[in-house]
Amino acid sequence: MNSLPGMGAKCEFLIAVNGETKMVLAHPMERLLDVLRNQLRLTGTKEGCGEGECGSCSVLLDGMLVNSCLVPVAQASGASIVTIEGISVHVLMSPLQEAFLECGGAQCGICTPGMILAAVHLLEKKPEPALADIREGLAGNLCRCTGYMQIFEAVAKAARRRVAK
Amino acid sequence: MQKRHIVGVSVPRKEGWDKVTGEARYVDDMVLPGMLYGATVRSNMPRGKIRKISFDPGVAWDDFVLVTAKDIPGKNYIALILDDQPCLASETVNHPEEPILLLAHADRHKLRKAVESVSIEYEPLPPVHTMEESEQQSTIIWGTDNTFKSYLVEKGDVDTVWKEAAHIVEGEYFTGAQEQLYIENNGVIAVFDPENGVTVWGSLQCPYYVHKALMALCGLPEDKIRVVQMETGGAFGGKEEYPSMIAGHAALLSIKSGRPVKIVYDRMEDMVATTKRHPSRTRHRTAVSKDGKILGGEIEFTIDGGAYATLSSVVLSRGTIHAGGPYYWPSVRIRTKALATNTPPHGAFRGFGAPQSLFAMERHMDRIAQVVGFSSVEVRRRNFLKPGQTTTTQQVIREKIDLNHLLDRALELSDYHAKKTRFVKENKVGMRKKGIGIAAFLHGAGFTGSGERYLNSLVGVEAGADGNVRVLVSSAEFGQGTNTVLCQIGADALELPYESVAIAQPDTTVVPNSGPTVASRTAMIVGKLVQSAAQGIKDTLTKTGLLGDNYTPEQFCAACRDYIAVRGALKSYARYEAPGDVYWDDEKYRGEAYAAFAWAVYVAEVTVDLTTYAVTVDDFVALQEVGKVLHPVLAEGQITGGVAQAIGFALYEKVVWQNGRMINNQITNYIMPTSVDLPPIRVFFEELGNVYGAHGAKGIGELPMDGPAPAIVNAVEDAIGVRIHSIPLLPEDLFEALRPESLEQNALSSARGTA
Repeated sequence: MNSLPGMGAKCEFLIAVNGETKMVLAHPMERLLDVLRNQLRLTGTKEGCGEGECGSCSVLLDGMLVNSCLVPVAQASGASIVTIEGISVHVLMSPLQEAFLECGGAQCGICTPGMILAAVHLLEKKPEPALADIREGLAGNLCRCTGYMQIFEAVAKAARRRVAK
Repeated sequence: MQKRHIVGVSVPRKEGWDKVTGEARYVDDMVLPGMLYGATVRSNMPRGKIRKISFDPGVAWDDFVLVTAKDIPGKNYIALILDDQPCLASETVNHPEEPILLLAHADRHKLRKAVESVSIEYEPLPPVHTMEESEQQSTIIWGTDNTFKSYLVEKGDVDTVWKEAAHIVEGEYFTGAQEQLYIENNGVIAVFDPENGVTVWGSLQCPYYVHKALMALCGLPEDKIRVVQMETGGAFGGKEEYPSMIAGHAALLSIKSGRPVKIVYDRMEDMVATTKRHPSRTRHRTAVSKDGKILGGEIEFTIDGGAYATLSSVVLSRGTIHAGGPYYWPSVRIRTKALATNTPPHGAFRGFGAPQSLFAMERHMDRIAQVVGFSSVEVRRRNFLKPGQTTTTQQVIREKIDLNHLLDRALELSDYHAKKTRFVKENKVGMRKKGIGIAAFLHGAGFTGSGERYLNSLVGVEAGADGNVRVLVSSAEFGQGTNTVLCQIGADALELPYESVAIAQPDTTVVPNSGPTVASRTAMIVGKLVQSAAQGIKDTLTKTGLLGDNYTPEQFCAACRDYIAVRGALKSYARYEAPGDVYWDDEKYRGEAYAAFAWAVYVAEVTVDLTTYAVTVDDFVALQEVGKVLHPVLAEGQITGGVAQAIGFALYEKVVWQNGRMINNQITNYIMPTSVDLPPIRVFFEELGNVYGAHGAKGIGELPMDGPAPAIVNAVEDAIGVRIHSIPLLPEDLFEALRPESLEQNALSSARGTA
């Protein structure tokens, strides 16, 4: 029962999720996405395509933006993960979330958690991004509702507010 | 008081905070104790008789719940219009990926393997894969003539106009299938127990469509079916009719197993098995006077419906009515039909037939301009519908729309004339050619013809003893802003702060049937009913003397408390009443097709790279008249999102078919626009108002899907002088169109005055 073809036996992994260290028991090849959603019940991370194209499952892994559907849990062992639920431990989140609300950056909301994490990642690298930087920084995250315009506006607004502070 | 500042203002989206924090609950976020996962075993051939189903003896089948058509307690069809689509195929299959058998298990990995361990043998039957084969009728795959529905619209005497015509302009235009590509795949959870019947939570647009389908399928009465809409991660029509199918499957597995069953498709299954936009073919033959006026014409509009009727008749209807565009036709004959082919049924997708027939109309207008020798702008000017004139269905335009003004403003906003001149000069050198194109169009709001009358929508508003108000509608939120806009309308009518009004989660045991969330009808029609129902609450409190004029929220709260203390509850309902002056003849397809139209002129600027054959859109102006804009940020978001989706329709999104099956069913190779692919989408509104909508609102959601594709292809032709008849226009398609043989063909038809 503890082993599945191609997945190996279940192992214990230590992962710091949103600042809290968690012990998870999982097959090494189990997707980080499933561990977050099913074991840790952090359902803010969404599955859109399961093949690393849509970015809905984006999380930060040691500060890198990754598609958690492409990360085997073994690879996240010992790493620090930030998900959308990590709002309280991440200073950038709140201004971005507010700007998304004001500008209409979230419509159906399914891409929003991943999109916000991509924006957090972008603003950490480039605190004052030009429009081209924003477009490039979000290019791995698909949104089918907004046509992106209001998302660009939200990210630019959050950046301005942060710099003004 | 807040009253004056609720409608027309961008208040915070009701469920916005939940969405930006990841708290919003979608169906796949929900887990029930003892829940199983369901999966679907599907056909792998387009058409055939099922001969034998065998199960690999290496699998412990006793651990699985297994459902076939024999297990269906009620009727084996998905109740919709013609009820011709089985929930599970039992003897024959009519398209690839048709559901045949259902499995459930607690372990998703084992389930996946089990699906692969079922083998089905067929006796193949000849399939039909194109509209041309279908209309030849040499193989009959549906009914007696492969035709789900046909319409004939006739106005004036078109047969006499040809001899007066200075020019006869012909053209044939094609549009391809398009995947809705909501980012959340289809999904549901069903629970059955003998006492309460079936409950379904799902990602869906139309709770009462699912309710109706489950009653028939499960053989249960109205009160034993409960449908609850969860937060829905995009829909665009793709969750209009299909959820009845997946909900039916989960319900059958739950009835058989007595346990909750979740079915959530992965992306590949969602893309390969569920509905897409109907592919289309439109033929125009138009008689034009020497001064560029349309004298009359014939339009043939044909759509590919796939294997079952589903919504094709209604999609065809909207495509038919929009086929003449925003122009005055003294006479016209429009013949249209929806045909059967052995592909999964095509279905609802934003625009619902109109993007297809309007693509043809707006390409054809540019063709007329060339033949007659006027500019694209001038030929439109000379033919625009004016107030007092009639549409192709002889609906008198009563709105004070001035399309020339709309056109002028769009040209100015896009700097059309200056750019046009500049591009002609600049295009003389280099491999990157620039072009600019326009499209003028209209989109009818609400159900077609007598549709709203049949829907007979009911809306409720309920006030609690704490003075908080709930709007009770089955109209679903899936990104468009339903929750927000309906609460704005309710709050305004009750003179309460926006925060005091909430929307009930759509749950068929709680909310009345306010109709499906489709057809750009929510703000206009359901909004108007919310306004009336809210007014009903106010009237009740006033008549009973509990509330005076110019009350404060506190006084409203006290009045509710006192009323409820005596009467128990405070609810008010409003039912749709057809305006007395709206007339429609379903037989002749004549009359007032829609209570209101939204109007638009879009301008696209493109670059065509003759080295890579890629077309990029550099700038996009979207100007529209949509009645009152209830919420500027949401309205703008509807337009930018629709334009983006339509740019995908024109330039990126191609469904590749093989034997009736989509073979590029992954986001990796079915390409939708990303954040780096889109131009600035510049949105502008005009607000004429509308007597039939709440605060003068009209529909807005579908409109932006109609215009971008023809505007872009018109711009491509402006850039390179080559006529393109078909979308999507991917680099390989442009490469094909620019081959010497294709160009020769093009020149020949040009000489004949045909496109």
